[in-house]
Amino acid sequence: MVDKGRRDFLKKAGIAAAAIPFANLRIPVIDVTLEEFFQKHYKEMSEEERKRVVERLERQHKEKYGVDVEIMTTPPRKGVVWGYALNIQKCIGCRRCVYACVRENNQSRANPKEPWRGEIQWIRVLEFEKFEAHPGKPSKKDFRTTFGEVIAGINLEESEHYYDPPLVPEKEKFYMPIQCQQCERPPCVKVCPTKATWKEPDGIIVVDYNWCIGCRFCIAACPYWARRFNWSDPYIRREEINPRMHYLGNRIRMRGVVEKCTFCIQRTRNGRYPACVEICPVGARKFGNLLDPESEVRRVIERKRVFRLKEELGTQPKFFYFID
Amino acid sequence: MRKFIDFVLTSVKLALTGSRKYYAWLASLLIMVLFGAFSYYYQLKYGLIITDIRDQVSWGSYIANFTFLVGVAAAAVMIVLPAYLYNYKEFKHITVFGELMAVSALVMVLTFVLVDLGRIDRVLHLMPFTGTPNWPQSMLTWDVIVLNGYLFLNILIPGYLLYKTYLREPPRKWIKIFILISIPWAISIHTVTAFLYGGLAARPFWNTAVMAPRFLASAFTAGPAFMIIILQIIRRYTCIGQPGCKLVVSDRALFTLAHIALISMLVNLFFLGSEIYTVGYAATSHIAPLKYLFFGLEHDGVVYNKLQPYMWAAITMEIIAALLLLFPRTRKNFKTLNIACIFAFVGIWIEKGMGLVIPGFIPTPIGEIWEYYPTLMEIMITLSVWALGLLVYTLLLKIAIGILAEDVVHPSAKGREMPEHH
Ligand code: SF4
Ligand code: SF4
Repeated sequence: MVDKGRRDFLKKAGIAAAAIPFANLRIPVIDVTLEEFFQKHYKEMSEEERKRVVERLERQHKEKYGVDVEIMTTPPRKGVVWGYALNIQKCIGCRRCVYACVRENNQSRANPKEPWRGEIQWIRVLEFEKFEAHPGKPSKKDFRTTFGEVIAGINLEESEHYYDPPLVPEKEKFYMPIQCQQCERPPCVKVCPTKATWKEPDGIIVVDYNWCIGCRFCIAACPYWARRFNWSDPYIRREEINPRMHYLGNRIRMRGVVEKCTFCIQRTRNGRYPACVEICPVGARKFGNLLDPESEVRRVIERKRVFRLKEELGTQPKFFYFID
Repeated sequence: MRKFIDFVLTSVKLALTGSRKYYAWLASLLIMVLFGAFSYYYQLKYGLIITDIRDQVSWGSYIANFTFLVGVAAAAVMIVLPAYLYNYKEFKHITVFGELMAVSALVMVLTFVLVDLGRIDRVLHLMPFTGTPNWPQSMLTWDVIVLNGYLFLNILIPGYLLYKTYLREPPRKWIKIFILISIPWAISIHTVTAFLYGGLAARPFWNTAVMAPRFLASAFTAGPAFMIIILQIIRRYTCIGQPGCKLVVSDRALFTLAHIALISMLVNLFFLGSEIYTVGYAATSHIAPLKYLFFGLEHDGVVYNKLQPYMWAAITMEIIAALLLLFPRTRKNFKTLNIACIFAFVGIWIEKGMGLVIPGFIPTPIGEIWEYYPTLMEIMITLSVWALGLLVYTLLLKIAIGILAEDVVHPSAKGREMPEHH
């Protein structure tokens, strides 16, 4: 929703982007220029303003990281709602998707010199035991039998996402990657006090990194632990930067804001697959237009056994898990 | 206008003049604030990385204290309501102290929200005209509205009444409307704060209907407990109680507050018990946060239980406080009453602060157990916000007592009688 009142206010106050005096003046410590300070919400910018903002951001990337980047603002395509399907039977837990995602989306890396600087990963692969039994003793007091307590199937509380065996897949384990489920009814959007995160017409939940105030309410509200916070400035080596960026996607973030998976908005809005789909060595990941009955993802949903995570919460994920 | 400027100048003068002890107290608070400001400078410069808050436990000590203090602010209503609605005479003299407590608590509340933000430079994005408030969807937007509204009311009401007393004029009728509005408004601030948590289906520990009632009950314990202590201090160190003083803090007022604290504490324990029963008996997977809180959680042979001792201490203190308040003999003895009040205050500070915020995040929605423990810098910032609140409270109390009790009066009104007490 475009907030007209606000625009008029800004106009009257004479602080429309072009008119800011000392636009390049830097406020120390928090390290923002006046121009950044007065930047509008992405959805409220005119074409003109968007162009100027993008140019400035490209310039800033160059100054800060020394790379020439292109920041796109590709709009959503009509008649497209993106969906995802993941075959948990095939997934071998190799985490190639995790690292492909990190590279593609310019996520903060672990800094060898300052390990306290956060490493950020949007995808986490959960490892589950196929079967783990804690045999019980039959007793008069409780209802247990010698079968005891058994851990099997998808029990998130028994999952492990820091697993580190020499070789995957392990025989007695199975794997389920998790990332933003692009909820059709996203609680993260509902709770955001500033509308800094919202659902685009193609179904992707995005964040305006220049509008987010860093209150982290959305992190508390997400049932899938899909959101990450920039606890410090991100750390990326210059040669590892992916220069093809989208304003709402993989442009390099700043400290103090939230980020998350966008189904690789910079790729998918320009006719490519998400990086995780491309890299998966066993073809466990499928992606496509949910509105197109011929799309891969629709065919999976119609022909395979699918389920969604935590459906009881009413979030309506557009991320489907399936088995053959 | 002239008179109002005189009022402001007199207030500033009152706040800044005092005995040696008074200055020493102000200075020590100021030093604490500066320590925190120093730490906060680092937080601004390097980000929230200087705290121990992380993606797994994404709110910590700041939001825990915020939550608790909203309750303290709301508790002012427990004095205002009997005084204005039931015309309870004993409370008439102390309402102003309650309202000023609300102001200072709100100063802390808002500061805690601000220091918790990742991008404080963008705080105006929350506001209409300069931002895009997500109203009515986001409970945080609601909270911004009700908290600021409550702050406004609690500055306006005592401010106006002090001003009128200063001029020795009877207050106008319209202030009554604001006083009446302030009563449900107080309830609303804590309800909305509870709804921040209660509305999150992702966090079963918070997602319960008893949240708002429990918040109110615990607030109405901690607030009066705090007031009982503060009022005794005021009585001790000011002219109150001495002959010729215009203000009285009677024992009866304190005992009534103790009664309010008692009933609220019993209700609070009842709500807490109901919650523990419901989650514990059903024993679904939603039991994990509660288990973490009281017994610790085990994962791969490691037991995670950093919060456990605090929680047991809190429950013990609350029960002792309830017992001490329950029996007239201990309730009406200032020694035991004070122990009860301190225990109630600290117990609830733990239970509804860290004891509420942290387990909501443990385990994470995908089952990870990650323990949070505030860093030194974080603790310094937290303490300094408390110091700031106490500083504000001290200054405000000094002004209020000067005008209400010490006969500081506008030159034009000299010799006139004090108007009927609000
Ligand atoms: S998975 Fe989490 S971040 Fe993604 S849309 Fe749903 S609630 Fe939002
Ligand atoms: S952290 Fe940012 S995106 Fe998330 S709720 Fe707060 S303002 Fe919105």
